[in-house]
Amino acid sequence: MSFEPKIIGFLCNWCAYTAADLAGISRLKYPDNIRIIRVMCTGRIEPSFVLKAFASGADGVLVAGCHPGGCHYQEGNYKAYKRTLLLKKLLPQFGIASERFRLEFIASSEGEKFARVVGEMVGQLKILGPLQTAAVRIAELDGLFGEAEGGTGGGR
Amino acid sequence: MADKLKFAFYWNASCGGCEVAVLDINEKILDVAAIADILLWPVAVDFKKHHIEVLPDKHIDVSFMNGGIRTSEQKEMAELLRRKSKTIVAFGACAYLGGIPSLANFHNREAIFQRAYIETPSTDNPGGVFPQVKTHVPEGEVELPLFFNHVYRLDQVIPVDYFLPGCPPTPAMVAAAVTAIADGNLPPAGTVFGGPSTVCDSCKRVKQEKKVKGFHRIHEIIPDPERCMLEQGIVCAGSATRDGCGTRCLNANMPCRGCFGPADGVADQGAKLLSTLSTVVDSNDLREIEKMIDQIVDPAGYLYRFGTASSLLKHKLASEEKSAHPATGRSQLEVAK
Ligand code: FES
Repeated sequence: MSFEPKIIGFLCNWCAYTAADLAGISRLKYPDNIRIIRVMCTGRIEPSFVLKAFASGADGVLVAGCHPGGCHYQEGNYKAYKRTLLLKKLLPQFGIASERFRLEFIASSEGEKFARVVGEMVGQLKILGPLQTAAVRIAELDGLFGEAEGGTGGGR
Repeated sequence: MADKLKFAFYWNASCGGCEVAVLDINEKILDVAAIADILLWPVAVDFKKHHIEVLPDKHIDVSFMNGGIRTSEQKEMAELLRRKSKTIVAFGACAYLGGIPSLANFHNREAIFQRAYIETPSTDNPGGVFPQVKTHVPEGEVELPLFFNHVYRLDQVIPVDYFLPGCPPTPAMVAAAVTAIADGNLPPAGTVFGGPSTVCDSCKRVKQEKKVKGFHRIHEIIPDPERCMLEQGIVCAGSATRDGCGTRCLNANMPCRGCFGPADGVADQGAKLLSTLSTVVDSNDLREIEKMIDQIVDPAGYLYRFGTASSLLKHKLASEEKSAHPATGRSQLEVAK
């Protein structure tokens, strides 16, 4: 069976999510590998959401929101852009190719762009192959971890 | 005194600083000796593993263990002390979070051995000899502990009752923990001794607007001792880090490095700090933003200095992924410009 990547897509309510909706209404064809989570604004997306998605088995993460200047909360997408750049420096330090994480500005009228971006990402992720979850990765290293995974507390 | 408490102190993958921290409580160490018998403390007293093995289970009241778990020997000692102790306290950042040794989780065993036993300039190892778990010598077989691929937090290996953060924990915290134990006045299991809020909250520096036009590394400038470090463009982990340390680094005009770990409710200390650092970048010009973010060298080292073992991603992939496109991440952003 060929590998079907899982993509978590965080889409802002006002632009990218509407674009995804439009793609559907316009009956555009795009791969069904994306699981969409609607947020009010890309500025809401904490870096830990992205890391958690990767740690728990996502092969790719897409953050998509309004174009620069078009965010409904003025600056949310600039915040997302800043975080994205730093995350894209961090992920390769963990050995994770930075293409697995993508930020796109997609206006509500750009249903086609949304479909194209998802298609491109699926293509790239198929080349990269599956990304192991953190727990599996550690378990494979030493055969330890397992039941102790969560630890006993300490607020982490 | 018949009902003297029984303590043990043990070290795993650590630097020895935590041992000094225990002694840093100064004359209070005599109070410890007055209330407790020390059954194991390799740095100071001469009891050995076999002395512990013969004790009945749960004989020790409290074992304080510092250091992460890097070798099979450390795992074995942790499991032994867990069996023999009523209470285990993870002492210091390494036991609590993985600590600085867990930065090694950005490498695997092979890479570490290659560096340590072949590449380092002071190494002369023409035979390419690496440590082996078992080696045959004329006298028989000798053993070394297994060096794990991953550095673990203590509580990933054995159940832990309390956590004392810090690199090292402050004398006041050590004294407070010992007093709480002596008085039988213990908080609920799983408690992290330390403050309830963030280092920023306790920091007395003047804070105005969190906006910077660039980042500096600490050796590049002399920070203004009165002003917020972050507002001076210095990476400071205060916003992502639990307080309770008395802001000692900031008092010494050094930024917070994050040794107390995440504040309550923070899923990943590094992600939180990453968020702070990006948010202070004062620009809405995509190119200018790129330049500023580029000034943050080695984000992983800043973000996970004391807690790679506690990060959501935990360990570098076994084989680093090659980017499908060299101009990673930039291409799609070019379109937007
Ligand atoms: S509302 Fe769309 S990015 Fe802020």
